[in-house]
Order: sequence, then structure tokens, then C-alpha cells
Amino acid sequence: MLALEGLRLTQGSFTLTADWALPPGARAAVIGPSGAGKSTLLMGIAGFVEPAAGRVLWDGAEISALPPGARPVSVLFQEENLFGHLSVARNTGLGLRPDLRLSAEELQRVEAALDRVGLGGKGGRLPRELSGGQRSRVALARVLLRARPVLLLDEPFAALGPALKREMLALVEEIAGESRATVLMVTHDPADARAFAGQTVVVADGQAAPPVETGPLLDDPPEALRAYLG
Amino acid sequence: MAAGSQPVTRSLAALAAALVLAVTLGTLAAVAWRAEGFAGVGPAARDALWFTLWQAVVSASLSVVLAVPVARALARRRFRGRGAVITLMGAPFILPTIVAVLGLVAVFGRSGVVNVALRALGLPEVSPYGPQGVILAHVFFNLPLAVRLVLQGWLSIPAERFRLAASLGMEAGAVQRALEWPMLRSVLPGAWLLIFALCLTSFAVALALGGGPGATTVELAIYQAFRFDYDLGAASVLGLVQFALAGVAAALAWGLARPAVFAGGLGGVVRRWDGGGWLRLQDATVIALAALFLLAPLLAVGLRGITGLAEMPATVWWAALRSLLVALASAALCLALALPMALAARRGLWVQLVGVLPIAASPLVIGTGLFILSYRWVRPDEIALAVTALVNAVLALPFALAALVPATREMRAGSGRLADSLGMSGWPRMRLVTLPALRRPIGFALGLAAALSMGDLGVIALFADGDTATLPLQLYRLMASYRIDQAAGAALLLLALSLGLFWGFDRGGRANAGA
Repeated sequence: MLALEGLRLTQGSFTLTADWALPPGARAAVIGPSGAGKSTLLMGIAGFVEPAAGRVLWDGAEISALPPGARPVSVLFQEENLFGHLSVARNTGLGLRPDLRLSAEELQRVEAALDRVGLGGKGGRLPRELSGGQRSRVALARVLLRARPVLLLDEPFAALGPALKREMLALVEEIAGESRATVLMVTHDPADARAFAGQTVVVADGQAAPPVETGPLLDDPPEALRAYLG
Repeated sequence: MAAGSQPVTRSLAALAAALVLAVTLGTLAAVAWRAEGFAGVGPAARDALWFTLWQAVVSASLSVVLAVPVARALARRRFRGRGAVITLMGAPFILPTIVAVLGLVAVFGRSGVVNVALRALGLPEVSPYGPQGVILAHVFFNLPLAVRLVLQGWLSIPAERFRLAASLGMEAGAVQRALEWPMLRSVLPGAWLLIFALCLTSFAVALALGGGPGATTVELAIYQAFRFDYDLGAASVLGLVQFALAGVAAALAWGLARPAVFAGGLGGVVRRWDGGGWLRLQDATVIALAALFLLAPLLAVGLRGITGLAEMPATVWWAALRSLLVALASAALCLALALPMALAARRGLWVQLVGVLPIAASPLVIGTGLFILSYRWVRPDEIALAVTALVNAVLALPFALAALVPATREMRAGSGRLADSLGMSGWPRMRLVTLPALRRPIGFALGLAAALSMGDLGVIALFADGDTATLPLQLYRLMASYRIDQAAGAALLLLALSLGLFWGFDRGGRANAGA
């Protein structure tokens, strides 16, 4: 269970508070106006923004003192999810060993993960030789190998077209479903939230509200969300 | 906890900072301890201080005033070879001082083209020696810098404003008053101050072209007190004067002008609607004159050097080899200092402070201090090359940091964050992420440090004897004994090595760089 206990994140004069928990395997959309702090919430959980107060817990243990790489978390950022100078296979292999000293068995697992996301045989390419969708698949192959119980998606597919984005979300669903990972996904699109996430966290007015059922929320949005959805 | 820099990096950075402090302030302390009060300041020292100040004022003023028409012409004209002219304006930064001095002597000297022409016209001759020679050389080095600074100012005026001015039917004069004067008022003081500071610490120019009561800078006076009178007390007092001078000027100039010096992108042309007709002719003339002023000395060195290359004594080749080794060692050390400092600089204030110190430091003061600290134990010529490499590395540090710090900041926001999220650390992270991400600024910094060290004629003059001379020092000696053809050959070799080192490292950093 991912729990935010009286969490307060500040960046300059901006403050965001959150105090709730998500059960394992839950999938939650994070929705709200631009600049409301959706990314800040994810970066706080991932370890890139230090909490001014409160704690982040995973299964009852505090993780807010750990460096980002040691948290039980995988992140996909809005951009720069791959190292441009490393091959697809090496980018993927970083999910197994951050120092890339991969054994023969681990190399096989990398190849299998690439197969799994539909990039079999493309391990030797550089990211710039791939399309946008293929690059997202590499990042997801790495998530698969990293196998952390929490997956944070900070709009990594925002630059993709609608069909490609649906494809990626289906792949995320598959990967997360297998490992019963808890997923938090920032999105601007209510349709994504309905299709992908059972629950939704509304971020507005300096607060990340506790997750609620997505369907009823969008059918009858509260004041802050209504203004945003239009 | 948010991701921080690695503990190893932080200790290395602290070590680097300590070394920089020791070389700059530590040597100054040694000099101050040896100075025994200011009672010993004689008339010679006062003359040196006076000359240093007024030649710097004149050099800076001439450079800045002459730069305005050149920059304006470059800003508003698009022509074939414009890129080459702008590159030429950047070249003096890595051009060895002594090579340019030799070129100026070749052009403005007794048998140079200028005096041949003057004699033919029955006009009095000019001399590249004495105060006017020092100022001429300073303008040669700093006019291009001033042009780049002012050009940047011009290109920073938004194109929309010129379009608006054109739509309102404003003539060239009105555009000048409304758009260009305000820009110049904000750019020129910083440019002037930076060049003033650079001219205050000039040594090689004064050594080769100045000297005597009317044309001795404080730096040169330190050298003379040290080398000819062996008067450590007098040298130390002068050293303190020099540090105070350069410290104040550099602090002012660094704050005002640094962003402009290192910002890139002078490729654009301001699209202008005013200024046709005779203004076009004026711009063409100005650009041609500036290019001629910068190219003629280099051409003169090149032409005489080709014949001189064959006659060069073996000592020159040995000196070249020593210089090459010193330059490579200095570049490596400079990077070893700059990289951990740039990586450890999260907020960067202390790194900026320590990194700026070498700008205020004078090589001759550092040299005097190192001599005071070491001469009881070792012969100066035994450590001449090591000291030169060390001092050059420290003096190049501000430029290396200026290239590396913005790049590390950018890296931290992009690939650094990704590496954090994947838990990459230690040497694997350095090898897999940091070095590839910083490849270009590292190549640039190495090239710059190597070229600056290759062409440096400063601290080596204090320490070297006949067997430990570097190529610039050997070149100076040939020049001082009027073996001009051999000197030109050595100058050509030095020029090729300096530019080659810079080009090679910089290219190496760009080649195969990832997306």
C-alpha cells in the first residue's frame, strides 16, 4: 500500500498537500488544471522533491528518506526517458543493473523484455533511430525489468497520437497487471482516466484530494474540476 | 531525500578548491609575508603603476570605440565570408600572445609594409615598440573581443523592433537614437571594463614591446625586480599592488560582462530596412579594414615563418616538445579540477567564487609566491615545467567552468534525473551518463586549456633557464636576439600547435555525440 501521511511539498511559494493511501494494484489517474501540482505530486513520491512535512510510506515503511533510485518506484517522465547515446538494449538493461554489468542470463532477459514490447531484434539501435512510439516501448521494457511495485507516469505519452497513446496504455495495463503494480498516471484527458484508471486524484487549489471512483467523479465533477473540464 | 551529488565528487571538488585557493591566495600570502611593508615602493614602481593604468584606459577605450562600427557593419550586412570574419574575431583568444606580437613587429616594424609605405610617401615612421606598441598590441587582441560583445548586443535587439521602426518610416539616424544607443549604453561599460582588466595583467606584450621607464607594466616590473635585481621584497610589493588592481577590475568585469563573453550564436543577421547607399560602402570599408588589421600580422608571420621553419635550431623543436607536454598536462589537470567542481556545484556560489579567483590572480604574482615557497628546497629550473603546467591549469579554470557549469545544470534536469530514478551511481554513472552528456563542453574546455597553456608566456619566464624553455619563451629569445626568420618559423610552429590542440580536442568532443 502506498500511503501519503500529512505530506506537504513546497516549491518556492507553491505548496501542495496530500493525505491518503492507495491499495496495491490500484490504478489512479491524476487530473487537474495546469500548474496545479500534478507533476510535483509524482516527483514527491519519486524522490525528486523533498517533503517539507509528512512522509511517504510503502507497506508501512517510510521511503521518503531514500534516494530516488532506491525507492520501490519506476518513473516515466514527460521526456528524456532514454539515454540518447546508449543502445536500446543498454537502455533496457539499466532496469536490471544500474551499472550495466549484465550476465549472459540477464542479457537474455533484456532480449525477452524487448520481444515482449514488440521490439525484438532492435536492441542494437540508438533511440534516435526509433519512432516516438517505439521509444516509449523501450522505456516500458525497462519498467518491466525493473519490476518495482509502484509505477508513476508523468504524461510520458503526451507527444503521441491518440491511437498510439491507447496502445501504450494497454501495454502499461498489461505490465502493471502482471506485477500487480500500483499506478499513478497524470493525464489531461478524462477519457484516459475513464479507460485506464479505476480511481482519480483531483489536484487543485494546493491540494491532492483523496482518490475517488473515476466514473461517478467525472459524471458529477466537483466545482474545481468542472471549471477545468469545461 | 532528493538526489545529491556523490560523496566522492564532493571530496574531489573540495580538494580542487583547496588547490585553487593555495595557488591563488596561498602564493599571495607568501608574497605579502615577504613584502616587508610598502616603504620600499620606489619611483620605478610608481611609474609602472601609472603606465599600467593609463595604457589600460587607452587600450580599452580604443578597442571599444573602434568595435562599434565593425560590430554594426557585421550586424546589418549579410555577405559571403561573414562567418569566417566572425570566427576570426574569436581567434585572438587562443592565439599565443608572442606570435601576434611578432606579427605586429613584422607589419609595423622598421622594415614592415607600413613603414615602407610611409617612407615612400615621405611621412615620419612609426614604431611598434614603447607605449604605442603596447597599446597597438592590446587593441589587436581586444578589438575582436569588443566586436563580439557589441555584436551580441546588436543581435539581442528583437527583430520586431527594427520592423516596427521601418513601418514608422524611421531613418538610420532615428533608429540609432531609439534602438541602438540604449543597447550600446548597456553593453559598452561592461566590455570596456573587461578589456581594461585584461590589459592590466598583460605581461608578454609589455615584455616584448615595452620596457624602459615609460613602458613598463606592474607585471613586467615584478619580472624585472625578480629576474634582474633579484629583489624579492620589491617583487612582492609590486605583486600586492598587481593583485589589488586586477582583483578590483576583474570582479567588476566578471559580474558585468561574463554572460556576454560565453553566450554563443553570432550567426544571425539583423534584417534592416534603413542604411542603403553610402552606408553600405562604409560598412564594407570598416569590415575590410578590421579584417586587414587582424590578418596582416598573421600573414606576415606565416610568410616569413615558412622560410624560417627550415633554419630553426634543434632547441626550438625540443622547446616545442616540452610545450606540448606542458599543454597536455595542464589541460588534463584543468579538467581534473573543473569537472568535480562543476558537478558538485548544485547552487554553485562557492564554486563561482573559487572559480573566479584565478581571473584576479596574476601569473607573475603566483610565480613569485611559488618561488618564495620553494626556492630553499629545489632549483627553480627543476620545477619550471611542472609549475607552468599547474599555473596554466589554474588560470584556465574559470573558462573551463564557464563551459561546464551550464552543461551540468542542463544534465541534472534531464539525463541526471533519469539516472537518479534508476539508481545509477559511482563510476558506472560517470562512465555511462556524465561523461557522454558532458562530452562537448569537456572537449571545448580541454582544447581551450591546452591552447592557452601552449601559448603562455608568463610564469615560465620566471623559472626557466636555457634547458627548460617552452616554445613561447624560446620564440621570445629568438626575437630578442633579432633572429626574426627563425622566430617567425617558431611562431608558425607555435600557432599551428595551439590552434591544432584546440581544434583537435574541440572536434573530439563533437564527434559521434549522441542525440
